[in-house]
Amino acid sequence: MVGILEDKDRIFTNLYGVHDWGLEGAKQRGIWNGTAEMLKMEPEWLCEQIKNSGLRGRGGAGFSTGLKWTFMPKQESERPHYLVVNADESEPGTCKDREIMRYDPHRLIEGCLVACRAIRAHDCFIYIRGEYVLERERLEAAIVQATEAGLIGKNSKLGWDCNIRVTHGGGAYICGDEMALLESLEGKKGQPRLKPPFPAGAGVYGCPTTVNNVESISVGPEILRRGAEWFTQFGRANNTGTKLMSASGHVLKPCVVEEAMSIPIRQLIDEHFGGVRGGWGNLKAIIPGGSSVRMIPAEEAETALMDFDSLSALKSGLGTAAMIVMDKDTDLIRAIARLSYFYKHESCGQCTPCREGTGWMWRIMERMVTGEADPKEIDMLLDVASQVEGHTICGLGDAAAWPIQGLFRHFRHEVEDRIAAYRARKPHVQGASLVAAE
Amino acid sequence: MSVRRLAKEQPASFAFTPEYLEKANWWIAKYPTGRQQSAVIPLLWLAQKQEGWVCEPALRVIADMLGMPVIRVFEVATFYVMFQLEPVGKVAFVQLCGTTPCMLRGAKDLEKVLIERIGPKNHVSKDGKFSWEEVECLGACTHAPMAAINDYYYDDLSPQILRQILDDFAAGKKPEPKSYIGRQGAAPEGGPQVLLDPKLYDGSAAKPIKKLPNAPGAKPKEPAA
Repeated sequence: MVGILEDKDRIFTNLYGVHDWGLEGAKQRGIWNGTAEMLKMEPEWLCEQIKNSGLRGRGGAGFSTGLKWTFMPKQESERPHYLVVNADESEPGTCKDREIMRYDPHRLIEGCLVACRAIRAHDCFIYIRGEYVLERERLEAAIVQATEAGLIGKNSKLGWDCNIRVTHGGGAYICGDEMALLESLEGKKGQPRLKPPFPAGAGVYGCPTTVNNVESISVGPEILRRGAEWFTQFGRANNTGTKLMSASGHVLKPCVVEEAMSIPIRQLIDEHFGGVRGGWGNLKAIIPGGSSVRMIPAEEAETALMDFDSLSALKSGLGTAAMIVMDKDTDLIRAIARLSYFYKHESCGQCTPCREGTGWMWRIMERMVTGEADPKEIDMLLDVASQVEGHTICGLGDAAAWPIQGLFRHFRHEVEDRIAAYRARKPHVQGASLVAAE
Repeated sequence: MSVRRLAKEQPASFAFTPEYLEKANWWIAKYPTGRQQSAVIPLLWLAQKQEGWVCEPALRVIADMLGMPVIRVFEVATFYVMFQLEPVGKVAFVQLCGTTPCMLRGAKDLEKVLIERIGPKNHVSKDGKFSWEEVECLGACTHAPMAAINDYYYDDLSPQILRQILDDFAAGKKPEPKSYIGRQGAAPEGGPQVLLDPKLYDGSAAKPIKKLPNAPGAKPKEPAA
């Protein structure tokens, strides 16, 4: 057997699309089983079960999903409640929600229905990123199937009416932030709103809204079917459950796989992803949670566990559990510089530290790739990064700063060596005279 | 952020064809009354599907349809990078993912192929058939390197395969969007290592559940060790 999790405990049974994604195939795999029973339960019970399961949001932040649901008003008023599913999967490295939407769409739709009951909503929007055209078509087709079968929509035979609709974005990473997503859903530029008010108070169209990741929503019904205790047996305390994990970069067999939380990173890579190119000894660093966390070097990856607490103790993070693996041939500085370009490109332009800072950071990083930078610029760059971090409305500023901080935390010497190598045996380096004159 | 402007040369007018108008109305009907503005991104997308790119008259038509100021539509069209504000290749418009996960697995080599075959990025080839751009992460990182051609994903590419795909497009064929090393979805190369238990698919999971675990009145289940 590979990994820790057994097949019988996997939630996403059609992760690879071997079987029918349609309604009949979905029912055969146990989806839509007992849904009516779940919808008969009080919302408090549903929230309690999800809270007890220890499910933490799978979109990266890791906030308790059940707890989030309890923030919604306890009574319906003239302002309708909304569930908004965040399917704007744009984090570099991450491609897990895509697999759910293209091969197991009914799991998501069932999850939406149950979550809507838990937050007393009759309206649900699934906001999918614009580039996922095939996935959007698949999801629309599954919604038509479910509506025709009377499972969702008006007069649902399951006992809870819910209008589930798909809407899409236009290729902006920032719309993965829940507040920007709501703006975008309202037909505006995706510039995040200030919190408070939080979405549970005033979200889309000013109505109470809960925004959840696709994976968090999709696992809900299965937890209720099998019981919260079943879910808590995987992983360490506070990091329970199963999770879709994936690898890209220098592994032999990149793939997406569902595993138990807290699996050792080394076991995950060696058993599921075919090992590092050139063997474990050839590993240089891993960015464990999509691009927006700090990297960890091979020595730390050796013993780290794939969960929230283990990785945050290493000043990194679980994020979306989509690791980018880099071997010893990798030009780490270039890899991070490319990420800096990504954040510069995706900054929405609303907050000055991020709009200007991401550009500065990218330009300095590019100079470091070639070695043209001044050694003093290393500290200047870290200073800029720390001034962007935490000084913006949304998390993009932090996300742009962290990869750079991770690089210098572990591989500062590489940058210094490159600058020294560039200057070696050069009679004159442009800009150096300016520095000397200061 | 990226600075984007409308094209210098614009057509005189724009109108949705009946087929696209029907789709547009279907989108508008999805949103609550008075919130038609929400449909602006889908409508811009439809305009782009119809014409290949988003022209200035289309912004005015959409603003009219949704009852919103033109400047707000203009803002949306220039903010979201998926909207092409200049004409693109008519036969194949290649969007190459260049972000780190794809870069680590050879996106730069694909870039060379595109430069050699099509020319510099963001320029339509002389015959008007091809163009390409580098885009940020398309969210198919385990399939790196990859590119979206005419909106669909061509996964696990290599320079040779990309050349072949471009040749096929040039010859009037429609190469299939798929993994070009024969992977089954996001399974590892060589076939899935998990999800092999036949019990998952024999229908036993569909056996009706009478009582949910932990339901009020049910016997409390012993917590697993």
